[in-house]
Amino acid sequence: MLQYIIRRILIAIPTLLIISFVIFAVLALAPGDPLAQFALNPAIPESTRELIRVQFGLDQPWPVRYVRWLTSLLRGDWGFSFGTRGPVLDLIWQRLPQTLIVVGTAYLIAVLLAIPIGIISAVKQYSIFDNVATFFAFVGFSVPSFFTGLVLMLVFAINLKWFPIVYNTTLQIVDWDTFTQQVRQMTLPVMVLVVQQTAALTRFMRSSMLDNLNLDYVRTARAKGLSDRMVVLRHVLVNSLIPVVTLIALGIPTIFAGAIITENLFRVNGLGALLITSINNSDTPVVMALTFIFAILTVVFNLIADILYGVLDPRVRYS
Amino acid sequence: MSHKRLWAWMTLMAVAAMILAACGSGQPQAQPTAAPAAPATAAPAPTAAPQPTAAPEQPTAAPQPTTPPAAQQGGKLTILYWQAVTTLNPHLATGTKDFDGATVILEPLARYNEKDELVPFLAAEIPTIANGGVAADGTSVTWKIKPGLKWSDGTDFTIDDIIFTWKYCAEPATACTTKAAFDPIANIEKIDDTTLKITWKEPTADPYIAFVGPFGMILQQKQFGNCIGAAASTSAECQAANLAPIGTNAWKLREFRPGDTVIYERNPFFRDADKVFFDEVEIKGGGDATSAARAVCETAEVDFAWNLQIPKAVLEPILASGKCDAIAGGLFGVERIVVNFANPDPALGDKRSEPDQPHPFLTDPAVRRAISLAIDRKAIDDQLYGPTGEPTCNILVVPAAVNSPNTKCDRDVAEANRILDEAGWVRNGPVREKNGVKLIVSFQTSINTLRQSSQAIIKSNLAEIGIQVNVKAIDAAVFFGGDPGNPDTLNKFYADLQMYTNGPNSADPQQYLQGWICAEVSSSANQWNGSNNGRYCNPEYDALFEQLKKELNQERRAQLAIQMNDLLVNDGAVIPLINRRTPNAKLKNLEGPTFNTFDSSIWNIATWRRVP
Repeated sequence: MLQYIIRRILIAIPTLLIISFVIFAVLALAPGDPLAQFALNPAIPESTRELIRVQFGLDQPWPVRYVRWLTSLLRGDWGFSFGTRGPVLDLIWQRLPQTLIVVGTAYLIAVLLAIPIGIISAVKQYSIFDNVATFFAFVGFSVPSFFTGLVLMLVFAINLKWFPIVYNTTLQIVDWDTFTQQVRQMTLPVMVLVVQQTAALTRFMRSSMLDNLNLDYVRTARAKGLSDRMVVLRHVLVNSLIPVVTLIALGIPTIFAGAIITENLFRVNGLGALLITSINNSDTPVVMALTFIFAILTVVFNLIADILYGVLDPRVRYS
Repeated sequence: MSHKRLWAWMTLMAVAAMILAACGSGQPQAQPTAAPAAPATAAPAPTAAPQPTAAPEQPTAAPQPTTPPAAQQGGKLTILYWQAVTTLNPHLATGTKDFDGATVILEPLARYNEKDELVPFLAAEIPTIANGGVAADGTSVTWKIKPGLKWSDGTDFTIDDIIFTWKYCAEPATACTTKAAFDPIANIEKIDDTTLKITWKEPTADPYIAFVGPFGMILQQKQFGNCIGAAASTSAECQAANLAPIGTNAWKLREFRPGDTVIYERNPFFRDADKVFFDEVEIKGGGDATSAARAVCETAEVDFAWNLQIPKAVLEPILASGKCDAIAGGLFGVERIVVNFANPDPALGDKRSEPDQPHPFLTDPAVRRAISLAIDRKAIDDQLYGPTGEPTCNILVVPAAVNSPNTKCDRDVAEANRILDEAGWVRNGPVREKNGVKLIVSFQTSINTLRQSSQAIIKSNLAEIGIQVNVKAIDAAVFFGGDPGNPDTLNKFYADLQMYTNGPNSADPQQYLQGWICAEVSSSANQWNGSNNGRYCNPEYDALFEQLKKELNQERRAQLAIQMNDLLVNDGAVIPLINRRTPNAKLKNLEGPTFNTFDSSIWNIATWRRVP
């Protein structure tokens, strides 16, 4: 097992290198200029903008810039953001809590909702409950978050005024009042994300349960005279959760990636919003750091998912 | 067996839940991890005693005796920008938002007001030729600062801080965005504790280029002393200083999350601290312009929202809610069509759009004149811009003194057709032609709802006079990006017509008018960096520009500028369309925000107040 993990980690290193190279190349080849906003400003002549580009190291050809980026990364230096001219890591640490609390809560709620809905849908296949759940799952799948977000905003924030539309990231929770304030401002973005994530997980849970329900061991269990409840919860559920747990583990890095559209829409200003504004402003060091961290997390959680599979399913063995 | 597995996954789920919970619950208490925002970690409840110097009865009554019972001083001012502030050092700004974020803390010597007049901020008065502050030969300017000024850390503001700011930005390695404002300075002398004399490298007609407006905000030498050169962005000390500058304005920094929120609190050392209304100011960033408008006008969550550049059809119903006032915050510039005087024909290969390749038909003044006459500026304004613009015939519209009264651009399709007929362009089917050259133009601009709708209107306008338009829309990052390797930039201008907005950045139009002289013609020789991207080259215009450069008398300068504007417009060098305004919105009970052409939308924020 240990050997397997070590081997996987060693394989991960070239994978990550290639990922970083590809991202860097894409960013370098894509058009954009961190000072584009000033492109036409007669008070900021081209010579000034050129000086700033030199300061950012953008006058070098991109392969040179990549090697520089990589060597300073090996020294633990993630570089400074063109926008803040401050360390990139500080920026990421500042944004992480917002993303974790909003996207993380949404993920947790989605998992807690999806598993029971999936179970009931599978056990009572084609019942009214199943049909309704399926309907909503497909709605969740197919309606994009910018649409649900705008609709929820219009209905609940602008017309009913139940929730604010401007998320206050500096809110300190000190008493009951500020706690309810936090809950209120989280409600809409969390709802948008839950709708989407629950949809996917429900369908997966349902089909995984259905796969197991028809197997021989279930018939055996029933034949033994076990109660239906016992069969479903002790036998079918445990086995059908194996792929679902893997899926959930694989989904955890996406929490850290934030939710670009939802965060932007509700001004949560977490990692997703940071990523998209940095891409728009050609803030390469920030985009590189974020995408590279996502890449590492994805590789790590893939490994965790594989190991989990081995732990949960005795038929899978790594040697 | 199944028990064992059940336990395994249950523990895993529990661990996962705990990780999430731990990360989540850590949030609310988490201080911004960056050290920079630290000067006052909000610990010593700062809002409690906001007026250290003043007698408590005086402040509210004195400044505004006419207003009915003034609202209780204090409270929080919330401002919403859809672009977030990323640095508070204005000299390293990457956008207007950064200048505005710094404005709450830092000040220049003087700022422009809503009438394009200078108002002293740190200066005691505005130097003029009349009061002897400006040398008659244009070689120097002498400023006097207000006595007894203090930084928000309690130390004295001195002439040395001003000299330091110049040295900081004059050094190329600092890479100041504002460098051009400091470049003309040859030397700054300290005459006495409150007087300084700036000597220019060459006589200048614009003595207010340095230390005035957003580009002129003054940094504290004590804080930034070690930050000259590359250290400005790389040393940890300077990175911290950029995110938390010490200033002289009414507020100081409490907390800054770059790209998200800035919170300011009272600066007890501010010279007029007793007149400042708000205890706290917050600038929140992010999101989009439409929901920013809604947050002021429909939910009233914020007091002020900046730059609501959204189509009229969306903006007007939001503004109609009655809770807010729309104010033209500033001028965005003139939306114009630039005419390409060089030939962008792809068949020319490398020679494409080079200035030595004359355009086959746009060099004909009749065609340019006809295009200008055929465009329905009023329809574009009414249908698309609404409160955010007005039709204009001039390319130079600000300050008011240089807005030419001589030009006309009413739509006249019959006249346009007549001009083209007379010039020998005859209709052959829907498109006119002459000597085998057809009037088919390519028309490019950036991707933007407003611009694509304008393109559609212009396309149908020009079809009426027998000119076929092929429209093209380019991603804004590419179009404005100036990448010499990309064919779709506005500098290369591989099309016949292109549309964008630009305007002068200071009250003196010289910098802006330079964009049409022959020496600025954009070509491969200057890596397509010339600001004259239409490749207009007219010796008459160049002669006027030379005159303008030498002229020091302000009235004659204004006349020259008008003459140059008229020449450009009448010659069809460029076709002005819409004078665009930055529409801001404020709550009805907020008083203070004004229109401003050359300065920040929040230039006078220290005087903003809430009225009942």
